[in-house]
Parts: sequence; structure tokens; C-alpha cells
Amino acid sequence: MTKNSQIDQKVNCYHCGDSVKSDFYQADDRDFCCLGCQSVYLILSKNNLDSYYKYNQYPGKTQKEKSIHLEYLDEEKIAEKLIDFKDSELTKITFFVPTIHCSSCIWLLENLYKINPAILFSRIDFTKKQANITFKHHEISLRSLVELLIAIGYEPIITLQDVVKEQKNVNNSALIRKIAVAGFCFGNVMMLSFPEYLGISKYENKYAAFFGYINLAIAFPAMLYSGRDYFVSAWKSLKQKQLNLDVPLALGIFVLFLRSAIEILTKTGPGFSDTLCGLIFFLLIGKWIQERTFYHLSFERDYRSYFPVAVTKMTATEEKPTQISDLEVGDRILIRNNEIIPADAILLKGNASIDFSFVTGESIPTKKVLGEVVYAGGRQLGQAIELEIVKSVSQSYLTTLWNNENFEDNNRRFKTFANTVSKYFTIVLISIAVLAAAFWMVNQDSTKAWAAFTAILIIACPCALALSSPFTLSAALSIFDRHQFFIKNTATIEKMAKMDELVFDKTGTLSAPNANNITFSGSLSDEEKQLIASLCRNSNHPLSVEINKFLQVTKMHPTQDFNEQIGYGLEAHINGHFVKIGSAKQVNIIAPDDAGTRVYVKIDDDVLGFFSFEQQWRENLSSIIADLEQEYSIHLISGDRDKDKKTLSLIFNESRMHFNQIPQDKLNYIKDLQSGGNTVCMIGDGLNDAGALRQANVGIAVSDDINTFSPGCDAILSGSSFGKISKFFTFSKDAVKVIHRSFAISLLYNVVGISFAVQGTMSPLFAAILMPISTVTIISFTSLSTHYFGKKLNKI
Amino acid sequence: MDVLYFLIGCSVFVALIFLGAFIWANKTGQHEDTQTPAIRMLFDDELSVQQDSEIKTPEKPSNQKK
Repeated sequence: MTKNSQIDQKVNCYHCGDSVKSDFYQADDRDFCCLGCQSVYLILSKNNLDSYYKYNQYPGKTQKEKSIHLEYLDEEKIAEKLIDFKDSELTKITFFVPTIHCSSCIWLLENLYKINPAILFSRIDFTKKQANITFKHHEISLRSLVELLIAIGYEPIITLQDVVKEQKNVNNSALIRKIAVAGFCFGNVMMLSFPEYLGISKYENKYAAFFGYINLAIAFPAMLYSGRDYFVSAWKSLKQKQLNLDVPLALGIFVLFLRSAIEILTKTGPGFSDTLCGLIFFLLIGKWIQERTFYHLSFERDYRSYFPVAVTKMTATEEKPTQISDLEVGDRILIRNNEIIPADAILLKGNASIDFSFVTGESIPTKKVLGEVVYAGGRQLGQAIELEIVKSVSQSYLTTLWNNENFEDNNRRFKTFANTVSKYFTIVLISIAVLAAAFWMVNQDSTKAWAAFTAILIIACPCALALSSPFTLSAALSIFDRHQFFIKNTATIEKMAKMDELVFDKTGTLSAPNANNITFSGSLSDEEKQLIASLCRNSNHPLSVEINKFLQVTKMHPTQDFNEQIGYGLEAHINGHFVKIGSAKQVNIIAPDDAGTRVYVKIDDDVLGFFSFEQQWRENLSSIIADLEQEYSIHLISGDRDKDKKTLSLIFNESRMHFNQIPQDKLNYIKDLQSGGNTVCMIGDGLNDAGALRQANVGIAVSDDINTFSPGCDAILSGSSFGKISKFFTFSKDAVKVIHRSFAISLLYNVVGISFAVQGTMSPLFAAILMPISTVTIISFTSLSTHYFGKKLNKI
Repeated sequence: MDVLYFLIGCSVFVALIFLGAFIWANKTGQHEDTQTPAIRMLFDDELSVQQDSEIKTPEKPSNQKK
């Protein structure tokens, strides 16, 4: 009973569902966890949009952290780049809004016109998390529109590298139309071919000719429109003196059509239009499956996605928002609380306390003194600072990592299994066909020579082979997907199966970010805990937030004379006590040198002790690494000092552990491993790994919030699935095994088919049956066995 | 049996209409977002204010909420 009543007493925020710690924020008898949630509710209820709360319980997202400057949206030049379309009256814009997560979100965002009638139209794409908005720009400016979205809790992500726009180009509707046409042709040709399969009696022969003509007419668009890509790709590959899988496919399609046309026009046979259309149809479906994409994830992010669109540039007379790309060396810029520094710069004024978590993964801020160089990518916490730019954005330390052009070759060099095989396959196929034709020519039977030659090219057309990779890999892709491991494309799975070396980053990859292990040395009474929590509540500093999470105090006191000194700590009068927490200096004591991160507590005149923060490693880290070590050589490479070396040397081989590595070092380290002929997989998280992630044969970004930050990579691994990483590698090998086996099966079919074809006795019916049967076998074999192997991932 | 010519003509013609309809739907972007319309159609035109009392005993969270 007592347990039940406790649960009932727990109050959740009406907007976001977080637990409410005080009755400070209330409206209409409803409790809210913070001012943000409360104000979202007030806006909505004022505009009769209460229904938002009816479709789902707690539809909102917490509004605890906010403070954004949007002046730059008023700049015509910047706004121009963001909008889709503009005329004298209307503006259309597409935003990427990662907070869209439930039906209430859709409802609210599509009813924006009720809040402001100047918004004419808004449409949400749920899977892509996009909002398409049309508004009258004379009545509501772009800036007020964004402010409105932020006010109701849907902050759009606006970046220079507009993820939204790039994804718009990803469009496979042309392929879908080709499939539709091929399907249409396939269905109709099958229908008209049936009389032939069942046998047409002599007096119905005029129909046979008629069916043949129609079939040929239908096969025409199937080949020229739907099958066009195969000819184009085969031609390109021949030009480069390579034989990809499209060469035998295009050859097969062409021979099929040629022989059908000759047979039908000379009335010597019914032709192979049915096989032709079916082949193209199945091939295109395989292609479509392979091109499946994740709309909500972007694998191509570079620094532009992290940096703000504009910063405030200071001139002698004014402060003006300026596009980042227009910044020049020598410009003075103003960086406010929570803004990101876009270029390497020298600190001129203010207390810089820079959070480099995007860059290094380390969330504890670094202090900088006047005149020191601050590298791009850091985020200022606390008061505004002034900087003078010393390097342009594209030349800055961090961004140069991306401008390295030789990355691309690395990926092009990789050959998928299908491409490797196709070379030999094509050569063998053509030689068999030529030999068979030569044999019949020698035997003075030119009709049979022609029949055998074409039949071999038709029957051995590697349709099943072309389908085995896409079907296996896309099944594997969706299994990975279910386990929170998102892979950019199917070729990456094949690459993963070939790795020899795994390189891990430390912070954020092996250690969970923001999950610091906090201990307090000393003792605290309940009242003292309350005092500390009340003080920390006022600060956005990551350590204050962590301390509050750690203390789990529900009762808060009001604070007076609150003062936050960036880099030192907090102080305030609370309940008649003077509470100070912060660095050793803040409480006037001297800390030992190797103390690590400590936060001291002083209430009135007594120093009560300190909080210390330790890295929290991912669960079962040692067993995960031990598993991987059986098959791969494991490296650790970190930008941090070697304070964790002792702990980690229990897990890692000491000679393969490297600390104090700058991003360029990491990239070079990968290069060195690769130059020894090894294939390297980099597993990292922050921007500082970005160069290494791209250089590696496979770059896996570990991210605890998939929708927000991950550098450009081949795959994104959710932090919660980190424990399965060794299973993921095994599964990728299994997937490749499935491809090999299905290839063997399709070869078997080919051998059977060819043994008939060389004798020149292959009937159209035989081809029409063998081709779909082999296709169906391959599709079902690959999907079933991939899912069978996939089940292993479920076991923990 | 010559009616076959006519019937086949008809059937191909009808099939062409459907193919045309599909291509039109595809070109006008009707296949771009297949999930949102399914949710959108469940919204009532206007939830009345009287239903306000329902809020205090909210239903189970829908499974769309993550």
C-alpha cells in the first residue's frame, strides 16, 4: 500500500513527463518541470491548441535548456540560402525538426496557422522529421517563424550544410517508375505467352503470330526504358576496361531481345519476351531494395553541420550577424553563451570557458586566458567573449581534416564480391558460348550454332547472382537497424566482414558521455544536500547538472545573491547559509596536483568535502574487448591525457594504446595501419575522430543520441548497442557467407541450364520457368538464412 | 474467336490506364511520404473543449511515443 501511494504522489510535468521537483511552475492546476514547458503550454492553451495533449500523454520534450540568438535570420543574404522558394507574397521553407516524435507533434505543427494566421500551410513528413511551411513574409518574418517554433518546443536545426535540402535530392522515384513499367510489361507478356505454354493447335496459328507481335512490342519499352541503366553501366565499365556484373546482364538482355525479334519476325518461334521482361523486372526490384536509405539519418555530415549559420561580427560602429563563410582573418567576433566558435581565433576579451565536447567528447570545459588561441569547434559557456580570427573557417585546424581530397579513393578501391566474381563469370560465360557455337559450326549446323550461342547467353544471364547480394545485404541492413546499428549502404557490410584492425577512440566511445561516476568524499546531511542542489539548479554547467542528478534531492530552497564565476564555481545565500561550490580556488584551499576533476563544497565557513568525477566505462567493456581481441587486433587512440592508462591497460595491449593524439595524429595512425596492407575500422564519436573515421576503411560513429550529432561516417552505432559490437562484426561475416552460398546455388542452376543450352535444344518455356525459379530460390534462401543468422544478435 | 483481338486490346488499354495512374501518382510525389498521412487522417477536425476532463485521466501512452 505504501508503495502505491508513493507512486501516486510523484508528479510528472504535464508537457514533457519529467518528474516535477517543486510546485514552482503551475498553470491551470497543472504542474510543469520548468519555465520552458510551462510557457509552451500557455501558448498552446491561449490559442485553443489543447488537443495537442489529447493525442498522446506527455507529448512535449523538455524545455530546460534554451538561449539562442537568431538575428542572422534577418539578414537577407543568409535567409536566401535557407528558403526553398520566394515570391512577392509567399515564402516556402523546409525545416529539419529532430524533436518530431509522435502524432501530437504532427497535429500541432500542422495547425500552426491557428497561432499565427500569416502561416498559410504547414506539412510534416514524419519519417524525415521535416516541416514544410509556407508563410506570408510581410506579416511574419523568417526569424519570428523560427522563434515561434522554438517557443512551442520544436526547434529546427538550421545549419550551413543543409541536411534537409541534400536529402531532397535523394530520389528513387525514377527507379520506381521503371519498375512499374517493367512490371506492366512482365504481367502482360506473361498473359499473352500462356497460350504458347499450354500449346496452340494448328488452326489457331494466326493467333500465335499476333501474340508474338504484341509481346515484342511490349518488350521494347521494357528493354529501352526500364533496362536502359544496364546498357549504360555496361558501356561505362567496358570503356574503363573492366567487367562488372552489368556486362553479362546487358549482354543477356540484348541477346534475349535480338533472338526474340528474329524468331517472331521470321515466324520460327515464339521468342523469349516473357523471360526478358521478367528478368528486367526482378533485376530492378533487387536494385530498388539495395538503394533503400535512412531518411532520418545523415552520414555525410561535415563541420558545416556543427557550426552555426552566422556569428556576430563586431566592427567599430556596429554588431552585425555575418555568414560564417564570409569571415576573414582579422575580424572580431562576439561569441555568446552556448555559441560555437567557427574559426581558430585569439581570445581578446572575457572569460573563456570552452566546452570541447563536440571536438573531443570531453564535456568538462577548458579555461582559456586572454591572448590564447581557441580552436574552432568549441562552445563557450558563460558570458560573451570577444575573439579575433586568425585563420579562415576553411583553413582552421579542425576543418582542414575534411578538406583532404584523397579520402574518396579509399572507398572506390573496394570491390564488392559481386564485382570481383563478375569478371571471371563473364569471361567463362562468353568462352563457353563461343566454344559451343564453334562446335556446331564445325558440325555444319549453323542454325544450331546460333541457337546454342544465344541460349547460353540467355540461360546463364546472372540474374540470381545479381540479386543475391542486394537481398542478403538489405536483409542484414534491416536486422542491424533493429539493433540500433545504422549502416550507410550495403557495401559497408561487406567491408565490415573484411576488417583486421579495430581502432577505438576513448572518450565518448569506450566511456559513456555525461554518465560520469560521481563520488562525494566527506559526509552530507539531507539539509546540506538540499542546499547544494538548490545552488546547482541555477547553473547550466555540465558539472552542476551532474551533481544535481547525483544528489536526487526533491526539496529545493530559493536562492539569493546567486553568482556564477565561470571557471571557478557558484555561490549564493540559501536559507540563511552562504553556500559556495566549485574549484579549490573558489573555496580557498589547495588541491593536490593529480586530483582530476573535483568540485569542492563550502557551506558557511566549513569545507565539507568534494565531488570527484570519474569516467564511466561502457558496460562489460572488458568482455566486449576480450571478445573482439580473439579475431582482431585492437588499438586505442585518445586525445586525452593518459590518466586512465592504468585502468585501460588491464583491457588493452599497452603497445597499442596511444594518448595525447591530436586529430591529425589519429588520421595518420589509421593511414600507417593501412599502408601495412591492413583494413582498418575506426570506432569513434567526436569531431576529432572525423578525419580518422573517413580515412578508415569503415568508420563507425558511436552516438548516444542518433538524431543529433555524429560526424561523417559509414555507420552509426547507438551507444546502447555498444555491447553487441562483436556480434555485429560476426554477423557481417555471416552475411557474406550467405552471399557466397547463394552464389553457389545460382551457379548450379546455370550449369543445369547451360547443359541444355549447349545442345541447342532450349525451349522458351524452359527458360521462362528456370529463370523465375532460380530467382525465387535465391531470394528466399538469402532472406531466410540472413534472418537465421540475425537471430544470434538477439541473444545477449 | 476474332473477338480475342478486341478483348486483348481492351485489357492492354485498361492496364495502360493503371500504369499511367501509377506514374502520375509517383510524379506528383504521392509516394514520398507514406507514413504521415496515415497518422493525419486520425485527427479529429476539432476536439471540443468539453472533452477537457479526459485529460486528467490520460489514456495509456500511445506506442508511437518513444
